[in-house]
Amino acid sequence: MLRFIVRRLLQLIPILLGLSVLLFAWLRALPGGPAQAALGERATPEDIARYNDAFGLDQPIIVQYLKFLGRALRLDFGTSSRTGRAVTTEFLERFPGTVELTVFAMIVAIGIGIPVGYLAARRHGSWIDSTSVIGSLLGVAIPVFFLAYMLRLVFAVDLGWLPGSGRQDVRMDATHVTNFYVLDGLLTREWDAAWDALVHLVLPGIALGTIPLAIIVRITRASVLDVVNEDYVRTANAKGLANATVRRRHIIRNALLPVSTTIGLQTGLLLSGAVLTETVFAFGGVGSALREAISNRDYSILQGFILILAVMYVLVNLLVDISYGLLDPRVRVR
Amino acid sequence: MTAALGHRREKIDALAARAGQVPADGGGVSLTKSAFRRLRRDPVAIIGAVIVVVFLLVAAFAPLLAPRDPLEQALLSQVRQGSIPGAQDGFPLGVDQLGRDVLSRLIYGSRQSLMIGVISTVLGAVVGMALGVLAGAFGGWADTLVMRFVDILLSIPGLLMAISISVLLGQNQYALMIAIAVTQVPVFARLLRGSMLAQRDSDYALATKALGVKRSRIVFTHVLPNSLSPVIVQGTLSLATAIIEAAALSFLGLGDPDISRPEWGAMLASAQAVLSFRPQLAIYPALCIIVVALGFTLLGESLREALDPKFRR
Amino acid sequence: MRRRSPTRVLAASAAALTALTMAACASSDRNAADEGGSSASGGTLVFGAAGDPAMLDPAFGSDGETFRISRQIFDGLLTTKPGSADLAPSLAKSYDVSGDGLEYTFHLEDGVTFADGTDFNADAVCANFERWYNFTGLAQSPSASTYWQDVFGGFKDTPNTPNIYKSCAASDDATAVVTLNQVTSKFPAALTLPSFSMQSPTAMEKYDADNLSGNDDALTYPAYALEHPTGTGPFTFDSWDRGNGEVTLVRNEDYWGDKAKLDKIIFRTISDGNTRRQELEAGSIDGYDLVAPADYDSLDQAGFQVLPRDPFNILYLGINAGGVAGTSANPALQDVRVRQALAYAIDRDTIVNSLLPAGAEKAIEFMPPSVDGWTDDVTTYDYDPAKARQLLTEAGALNMKLRFYYPTDVSRPYLPDPAAMFQVISKNLTDAGFTIEAVSLPWSPDYLNAVQAGQADIHLLGWTGDYNDAYNFIGTFFAAKADGAAKAEFGAFRDQGIFDALAKADGAPDAETRTVDYQEANRLIMDYLPGVPISHSPPALVVAGDVDGLVPSPLTAEDFAPVTIGN
Repeated sequence: MLRFIVRRLLQLIPILLGLSVLLFAWLRALPGGPAQAALGERATPEDIARYNDAFGLDQPIIVQYLKFLGRALRLDFGTSSRTGRAVTTEFLERFPGTVELTVFAMIVAIGIGIPVGYLAARRHGSWIDSTSVIGSLLGVAIPVFFLAYMLRLVFAVDLGWLPGSGRQDVRMDATHVTNFYVLDGLLTREWDAAWDALVHLVLPGIALGTIPLAIIVRITRASVLDVVNEDYVRTANAKGLANATVRRRHIIRNALLPVSTTIGLQTGLLLSGAVLTETVFAFGGVGSALREAISNRDYSILQGFILILAVMYVLVNLLVDISYGLLDPRVRVR
Repeated sequence: MTAALGHRREKIDALAARAGQVPADGGGVSLTKSAFRRLRRDPVAIIGAVIVVVFLLVAAFAPLLAPRDPLEQALLSQVRQGSIPGAQDGFPLGVDQLGRDVLSRLIYGSRQSLMIGVISTVLGAVVGMALGVLAGAFGGWADTLVMRFVDILLSIPGLLMAISISVLLGQNQYALMIAIAVTQVPVFARLLRGSMLAQRDSDYALATKALGVKRSRIVFTHVLPNSLSPVIVQGTLSLATAIIEAAALSFLGLGDPDISRPEWGAMLASAQAVLSFRPQLAIYPALCIIVVALGFTLLGESLREALDPKFRR
Repeated sequence: MRRRSPTRVLAASAAALTALTMAACASSDRNAADEGGSSASGGTLVFGAAGDPAMLDPAFGSDGETFRISRQIFDGLLTTKPGSADLAPSLAKSYDVSGDGLEYTFHLEDGVTFADGTDFNADAVCANFERWYNFTGLAQSPSASTYWQDVFGGFKDTPNTPNIYKSCAASDDATAVVTLNQVTSKFPAALTLPSFSMQSPTAMEKYDADNLSGNDDALTYPAYALEHPTGTGPFTFDSWDRGNGEVTLVRNEDYWGDKAKLDKIIFRTISDGNTRRQELEAGSIDGYDLVAPADYDSLDQAGFQVLPRDPFNILYLGINAGGVAGTSANPALQDVRVRQALAYAIDRDTIVNSLLPAGAEKAIEFMPPSVDGWTDDVTTYDYDPAKARQLLTEAGALNMKLRFYYPTDVSRPYLPDPAAMFQVISKNLTDAGFTIEAVSLPWSPDYLNAVQAGQADIHLLGWTGDYNDAYNFIGTFFAAKADGAAKAEFGAFRDQGIFDALAKADGAPDAETRTVDYQEANRLIMDYLPGVPISHSPPALVVAGDVDGLVPSPLTAEDFAPVTIGN
């Protein structure tokens, strides 16, 4: 098992290196090059010369790349051109929001997705089945920002049931320790603050959870259908095992393997910035920061955030992979 | 590589493997033919196909179908801030914020939206296939290099990649298409490589090789044509994604700068301002996007099932 | 209402896990803490801002969000009357001008202290003037001390740049004398600008106020501008939560004038206009600025108070006549007939009626009618597409291609919906025989940079007046800059007649002569047509039904001190 993990970790290295090369190339290719991107269009030739000198941009390209890599490894992505603060600071401030939102969205997606998918497969061909199939196709076809706007319009504005933006009511003078607002509320025993933060997650969480929900339903359904037709299930049934036992020991356990992969993959995707949802709900996470960076052409933020998020995505995938290896010994051999 | 990405890869590879099962030159009823026969009996496929064909026809004959010029600000002088003239004679779905006929814009919008979808998918498919052929045909270090590159591309979430590329290329509709195309490349590269590997050891490939036919000839006359059906399946599915992604980029302000030009994503994005009193202006283009995406997905999924021997009954 | 008890924070950060378990069995003790609130409770107002302030030292500010907040924290020597652009006394009770118009004696309020407890007096006034005049390094960057350079010109160590400021002297504690090098119509009206607010010299020194770092376009500000802005205003700075975009101000209990009614104001950044409206409807903010014109009626019907300001701005179609180094504007635009064709082609009546809120007016020159120097006796260009086409044909420029720049991701007081404005004007121009190529860029920094560097053929831009002075409008656009040309935005615009007329008006000794001179300048400008003035639009604020006392200001200089909320 250890060898498996080590091997996986080693395989990560070329991917990460490749990523850094791509991002370095991107930065070089930006209109006006990295100096202009960092300094803005009004930068004078002297400014650019000074910047190039400071960051070694007049050196051979390989040296520049190594320097870029060195800074990236030290998590030094420069400062935001809008706020003048370190990119890493901005990221750390924004990330907890995105994590909370992702967790909420995945709870919705998993909590509904797996039972529905399972039910659809067990009642193959019934109305539950067809509804769930159509629903899951629709879930993927709706533009997320449209869904988000509609949810807001109906539930936040017209009905007024749920808050439609932000992470917490600004009048709530809540204490923030970790910047995970729900957690902060629990830690400081400010129950109303925790509840308020939680309620703020509902609408964006549903909007964000729709696509993973649709995918989880489909995968669960397909994989349960696959497993039900496997020989070992037939054998188990034939040898007279109780239905409940077959279900628990053979069907669910085996069917959940591919589902868990999907869950991991989707979690990684959501963590990498719910740009659209967070924008519509003015939710202070990584996604809305990216959106702001796009409209301000804040290249330092874009560059740093994209690199951190891509690396995180790869790492989440690795974790999924390792847990998959733990669950399914066959993977280890491959 | 990691299992999660691996899972995505497995799906692609499974699709690719089917190409290997296709016999070279008929020999009884070809799989494609029987697949088509199955498809015709599948109501889901028919619904999908009908949707796709209807929208393609609308796009093709937009000038004949649209009652008005989509750019004409016919009722602009009746527009006031906070009130837009409703549906009336000659304007069955009403007008937008600038007094333009909504129906005509939706009809012309199908052209632009489908064009963005098709061009970006074709572009992504062509580049991806070229990479796949390179990897599959030459194997060895070319294969390793291409596949590592594809893995790296797969490791960047799609929307982030599209955003980075749009930012890089500036704001114009070609940048939009390229950005979406790049996100499609890895899938097709993997797909083609897989299907070539599946065919490399097939009897007909070995036979032609034994006859002394050049490798490039084998690739282009036999292997590539036989890989097309999984590519078409994937292309159909990718089109749905491309159209939705284009709408998202429009929403983020990375779309076509000439916003007069009717396009569903841009129409949807600009309707947000009047959502509270004229939600129809957002709902119509959104419905178009949803229905078209659904059509392509239904068609693609049933094609996939039709080609998959597992689903043959 | 304050809830931050140090012990709880400590407990919480001490051991997260333990706290979590403990939290499960302990009950909240917050209610006890709540009772220790302020005696006169005026409540909290949450105001939705369209953007984050750049920082909070107004001497380096030039954007509306920075100014909105600094107006509450700081006072200037002079201010404007609520709801108008007329001068009113503030920290200076009154002032006298010497016969030659060069020496201004300000008589100051007594007994005023800054929020840090230090005294406001004539020495503090001079310390502020001397600070601005002595800026060095990055503080001299146009994006830092924007308004000093705009109004006064150069600095002490830039002797080659003309500058208006000569000296400041404290004749006694309550009397400050500011001497100028030349007469200008900008002074003293410009002292109402937040950039020339009085700041505590002690606090500025303590927190290193002048120590800017970074570079011209990404300035990094010192602690003073981010955490310790210290003035004499009705509110004092409490905190700035940058992650959530919230600036909190609390009432200044020792304010020298009428004390603020509110306990606290929170300025919360919500950049998207739709979100601002929905937040107000959901009750999580109490008001916001730059209401989309489409929302005026529905907000009003829903019981909110829409407060339109008098239009004190101008939207124009800028024309780049070319000749700026490194750019390539269409040379046909140098032909006055082509510029006239642009003016005749645009249907400004429809634009004003359909795209702008009620109260908007068609513009016939580059300043609103309420500014002295406006005249209806200028050449006007009424909508006439046939004439436009004819002029274009005569100029041999039919179907000439124009790169038309417009901004995205922004709503301006004079331009609520740039995309809609672009589409309508673009259609007008196409109908009259122009060929338009659309170029859209995000407002800041790309659009402003590109347009001001002269990269567009034609573009949309506008201006909100800072104070009641014609020069603040037409001087800003069309007066000769140091290099002998006007802004690069208008290309190589070098009309000596207009330059002379503007200089003459600015230096005119009395208001009457000045008005006549500015009218003449307007006539010259509208004959030359360096751009097409389009409209004056009333931007609006909106507040909830229970908010009272907010007076909309044409200068967007709203004072939150008299505002009350609830009951």
